[in-house]
Order: sequence, then C-alpha cells, then structure tokens
Amino acid sequence: MPINYYLFLAIALFSIGVVGVLTRRNAIIVFMCIELMLNAVNLLLVAFSKMHYKLAAAAAIPIANPGIDGQLFVFFIMVVAAAEVSVGLAIIVMLYRNIHSVDINFLNRLKH
Amino acid sequence: MSITAILFWVLSVAALFSALMVVTSRNPIHSVIWLIVTFFAISGHYILLNAQFLAVVNIIVYAGAIMVLFLFVIMLMNLNKESEPARHRWMQLAGGTSGGALLLVLVAALKDTELKSQQSLLLEGDTGLIKTLGQELFSTYVIPFELSSILFLSAMVGAVLIGKKD
Repeated sequence: MPINYYLFLAIALFSIGVVGVLTRRNAIIVFMCIELMLNAVNLLLVAFSKMHYKLAAAAAIPIANPGIDGQLFVFFIMVVAAAEVSVGLAIIVMLYRNIHSVDINFLNRLKH
Repeated sequence: MSITAILFWVLSVAALFSALMVVTSRNPIHSVIWLIVTFFAISGHYILLNAQFLAVVNIIVYAGAIMVLFLFVIMLMNLNKESEPARHRWMQLAGGTSGGALLLVLVAALKDTELKSQQSLLLEGDTGLIKTLGQELFSTYVIPFELSSILFLSAMVGAVLIGKKD
C-alpha cells in the first residue's frame, strides 16, 4: 500500500478526534476522542516503520531490524495512554462526586 | 484488486465510520462501543502490516482494559442516558469548521510529499513479531521499559489518591 494512503487515513482519524474534543461537552467523550487521536498517530507510526523496513531491505543496508523503533514507540505510547486514562478517569469520578455532572464547562470549579 | 487491497479499504472505511459515530452518538455507551469497533479496525490494519504484537496488545490493552474502565465509569455514574446538554449551535459549527480546516491544511501540506512513491510493506517482514520486539525491548530499550513501570506505579498511586473519599 502506498504510504500516503496511511497518511491520509491517519489525518482523517486525527481530525475526527479534534472535532470531537471541540464539539462535545461530556468529559468522558472528550477523553475518548483523545484516545482516538493517539490511535491515529500509532497507526501512522507502524506504517512508517514498515516503510523503513522495505527501504532498508531494498537498499541492502546492514542494520538489524530496520524500522523497529517506530513499533516500540507505539508500545510506549500505549503505556503512557493507559497511565493517563487511569488518572484522568479518577479526576472525572472526583468531579462527578463533587458537582454531580461531567460537563467540561464546570471543570473550572476544580481550582476551588 | 488484490485481497490485501480490498481488506485495506474495508478496514479504512470501518475505522472512519466508527470514528465518526464515536463523535456523533448522543449516548455515551454507544460512543464506547463504536470506539471499540474503531480499535478493532486499527488492529486489523496492524495485522495487515504484519505488526502482530501491536495488534494483540492493542486489543488487550485498549479494547480490553481501557474501554472496560470507561464503561465502568459510565455505569458507575449512571450516565447511560442522553443527558448531555447540547453546545451552542455556533460553538458546534466553529468546532466542526476548525477540525475541517485542520484536515484541509494537513492534506494540502502532505499531498505532494516526496514519500508519495514509497510503499508500506504488507504481510511480510519480521519487525513486528513478538520475538524481535521482545529482544529489542529488553536490550536496547530496557531503561525506558523499567521507567514505564515506575510511571505505572505512580499513576496507580495518583489514581487511588485522587479517587479517595476525604
């Protein structure tokens, strides 16, 4: 598959995530749109990793495992996303317990 | 058209459609379910790119753990009804326009890259196999790996501390 198909697919998924963050008011759905954006980036990283693999194989460059860095980076993005979700959902639960709503317009009350 | 090309298009359309449904459904539960469908479509893309480890991890970690956490929180707070007050009409319009403008700018900037003629290798290559990734992860990347365990520990402590009733 040409790399720019993956490029445009990832751009479209990322833009859908951005639209979701900008238009929704439910904090949980805003959070899910952030996950969507992370996944779009992950998909593009894997596609570029396989592109580098093919380039290195065609040019016979003697490096071990060309393009493996991209896939390991995806792994670390998943690790960070899992940690982020656990803390973020704890904050949302605390917000709901205090003001009985998950509307992001009320998030400014966290500073009190 | 070969079978891999057909699979690529089917998975792309499924991913885009379910991503749109995540943003547009009124009910948060439906959003979660559609996001799980998106993750499965992206895992299909990983399998197509022969990144088997990431495909499995994507399903286990994202669809299995993170989305179940989201579902738990939604059920716990009893949000499974369409209670979200709609944003102002012009706010929604502005959000949609900004996202569309971002899409337009990125596509216009990247449509003539010199990468255009490059191909992504499908269904071949041993980069994405568990053996290769594991050897690399535990030799070159062993320090970031251990640091990520510390990150998880601190995230767990933080979540407990924030969620604690005081």
